[in-house]
Amino acid sequence: MAHEAPAGALDALDRRIINTLQDGFPVCERPYAQVAAQLGTDEQTLIGRLGRLLDERFLTRFGPMYQAERLGGAFSLVAMRVPAGDLERVAGIVNGFTEVAHNYEREHEFNMWFVLATETPQAIAEVLGRIEQASGYPCYNMPKLEEYYVRLRLPV
Amino acid sequence: MNRATSQPTPASRPDDEAPIDALDRALIVATQTGLPLVPEPYHALAGELGVDAREVMDRLRRMQERGIIRRIAAVPNHYRLGFTHNGMSVWNVPDERIGELGPRVGALDFVSHCYHRPRHPPDWPYNLFAMVHADSREEAERKVRIISELLGPDDLGHEVLFSRRILKKTGLRLTA
Repeated sequence: MAHEAPAGALDALDRRIINTLQDGFPVCERPYAQVAAQLGTDEQTLIGRLGRLLDERFLTRFGPMYQAERLGGAFSLVAMRVPAGDLERVAGIVNGFTEVAHNYEREHEFNMWFVLATETPQAIAEVLGRIEQASGYPCYNMPKLEEYYVRLRLPV
Repeated sequence: MNRATSQPTPASRPDDEAPIDALDRALIVATQTGLPLVPEPYHALAGELGVDAREVMDRLRRMQERGIIRRIAAVPNHYRLGFTHNGMSVWNVPDERIGELGPRVGALDFVSHCYHRPRHPPDWPYNLFAMVHADSREEAERKVRIISELLGPDDLGHEVLFSRRILKKTGLRLTA
């Protein structure tokens, strides 16, 4: 990762591209040309910049953001309280489930936080039951009840 | 041990209209790693799927209207962008006030995700989650104080959980 440019390497256009493209992208014949015009640049420049922002991982992704819940699937955030000495074992169990998308260790008594993505809502409870059984610790299921739309704004 | 299964189903389950057909699904699989970076990305997808570009655009618009696609957008990598201290702030606010307070917290520049989630009393009293991004721990804590001031007397208690380590990170993947 040593070869990665620092965030300071981003110029004003990069920052405006990141800010603008978080809000949405049109569905039309030449969408990059349309957004480029808004940004005061041209289609090829925008495509080139976007490719670089993705290659250099300033952006993790660019494309349709699918809502698993609307596809019949489900997402949930799950917390566990795991004694420090048992964390590696439990992380191994949790990470072994393909339904676990992310898993973070956090500085708290509730120290393991993972996101579960399943193709059916019922599968959430099934997977959590299996994790509880294999780990010996309870899972605290915290599915989102409501989402308040937000985005990151970079200073330009 | 039965917490997972005793949890009620979230209220956000969609209406049960016919979900998606084979072409929608093919389109999802074709775009889940991203949109092609070519001048006519929807034509490129159409070529790949062997359908008309208009069909691809219609499908994408319809999936947006139905909320299957939240939006077509870029997802920033907070860490790479210099926001190295990412705290999950969790708040106990009155349930009857959360519908008003949630959008106000979410509207703050430095909050990237904001959700209403269920409490698990007595172990977990918090019902509002706001991810705060900053370039230092002090700055993250200052931003949490701004949220606390915004909530005023409705802040019945809060904590910030900083991430120590990523144990696993993969995106959502549908299989064809």
